[in-house]
Amino acid sequence: MSFPNRSLTSRPTVHRIALAQIAPFLADRQRNVGLHIEQIKAARAQDADLIVFPELSLTGYFVRDMVPDVAIMPDAPDIREILDAAGPMAVVLGFVEESPQHRFYNTALYAEGGRVVHLHRKVYLPTYGLFDEQRYFAAGERFLAFETARFGRMGILICEDFWHLSAAAIMQAEEIDVLICPANSPGRGIEGPRVRTAETYEHLSKAYAQLLGAVVIVVNRVGFEDGLCFWGGSSVTGPDGRTIAQAPQLDESLTLATVDAADLRRQRLITPLARDERLLLTIEELNRIKRNRYDC
Amino acid sequence: MTADTRTNNLIINADLVTAILTRFIRTEIRRAGFERAVMGLSGGIDSSVVTFLAAQALGPENVLAVTIPYKTSSDATTRDAQAVVDQLGVRTIEVPITGQIDAYFAQFPDASRMRLANKCARERMTVLYDQSAAFNALVLGTSNKSELLLGYGTQFGDMASAINPIGDLYKTQLYPLAAHLGVPGDILAKTPTGDLWVGQTDEGELGFTYAEVDRLMVLMVDRRWRRAELIQAGFAAEFVDRVAMLIRRNHYKRRMPVIAKLSPRTMDRDFRYARDWGT
Repeated sequence: MSFPNRSLTSRPTVHRIALAQIAPFLADRQRNVGLHIEQIKAARAQDADLIVFPELSLTGYFVRDMVPDVAIMPDAPDIREILDAAGPMAVVLGFVEESPQHRFYNTALYAEGGRVVHLHRKVYLPTYGLFDEQRYFAAGERFLAFETARFGRMGILICEDFWHLSAAAIMQAEEIDVLICPANSPGRGIEGPRVRTAETYEHLSKAYAQLLGAVVIVVNRVGFEDGLCFWGGSSVTGPDGRTIAQAPQLDESLTLATVDAADLRRQRLITPLARDERLLLTIEELNRIKRNRYDC
Repeated sequence: MTADTRTNNLIINADLVTAILTRFIRTEIRRAGFERAVMGLSGGIDSSVVTFLAAQALGPENVLAVTIPYKTSSDATTRDAQAVVDQLGVRTIEVPITGQIDAYFAQFPDASRMRLANKCARERMTVLYDQSAAFNALVLGTSNKSELLLGYGTQFGDMASAINPIGDLYKTQLYPLAAHLGVPGDILAKTPTGDLWVGQTDEGELGFTYAEVDRLMVLMVDRRWRRAELIQAGFAAEFVDRVAMLIRRNHYKRRMPVIAKLSPRTMDRDFRYARDWGT
């Protein structure tokens, strides 16, 4: 039996996280590479250990018929250039990924030390209301956590993935330390001081942070595309559900947050929810539901 | 369901709306390569709100408010438009259209007043687009969501613009926004009119008030209540049906002209690009 490297003693516990709340240029990858490198330089100047960009940060959101034109593979020169600029700093960014089978995915990558460690292909592609993603993208088929050199075990849920309780439950079962949600969330609902969508993201972030006993990082873009207003409001939430850092609404910003991984231990001592999960029971119950629903 | 609960669906946070719309105007103007905006200013609440938002977004020196009177336009129109210009310090120009409108209708003396009203609306549109070329600016639209849904506007006339900041706000929602922006009280107090002919009012012509129809439409359109639910909530069946009919019948005004599909990729059907493509 082998154990992943989860030694807390050999790992630094205090991390500087940079939230790159940008307004990408729609389908102009070249300019967006420049935008990423600018943010990376600024984050490195502030000693960030990790920089997180929004969903589809290399392309913008309403890519539509331009999907095949802006798609790249994870080893593309654009990504290489960005990772080189990041040096020792870890990076999460979003792009349109073309698979060897010529399927196109809404993908976020995690890289450290200049190496791509993990790709998450968005599973839940919203296709209702103002959204049209299934028309253009293939859906990812896995929710996988992964080990990082510095931040412990990590999971990525892209925007709509974050709204699915099952995705968060899988991440809890994966026993992650950090949950990252790159988003392109357009604002709807104007009756309060923030768009209503912002309220939902805050509820979800606080709930997941507490339920998973993990740090939750949401990075949402800003700017407009065809009248849609992306509201920003990126945040880092600690495992106790308290907001550690909050980027402004509506405007571009690079917001730095300091996260202490020792908080994970403290919170899990107080409320050991993941420890007490009955994974086999959950699987049995889901299997029962599956039999009832799908088996003839 | 009480009347108060239904009214609450129209509540807006004017601070948030102003923050979004000023950024929207600035972003859309600049991504198209411009710094300036032009709008027709009638002295009504819609065009006044747009002028205030534009002045805040771009600076008053980058805003040209064009007044475009016809000979029947009321004195109140001129007076209220001037009050907005004075308060904001935006640029202004008056371009009367009586000459060209009357010259045209001299050939058609029996034309209805609806034809006259539509002709005036389209004449104003050509004036605005020409002035936008002269001022190196984009035309801001001033049609609100109530008008767009009901089709209470002239296609390619007052409905034409490059960017419309208020097209997703019901008429009722423009009042708290206007008050927040500092639009003069006289403008907020007056009865909505297109000033299409002497004594014309929107509500007289439509046959219901904006307050009534907005309460209905926010449930019908935004919350997707069914007919039976709307009637159950206290709206008269004839009123519900009439509004539903107006929304449906005027949908063509909200779309680009229908194109017969012949090729593999057709505009607006399977040739799908964002308007903000590449910016």
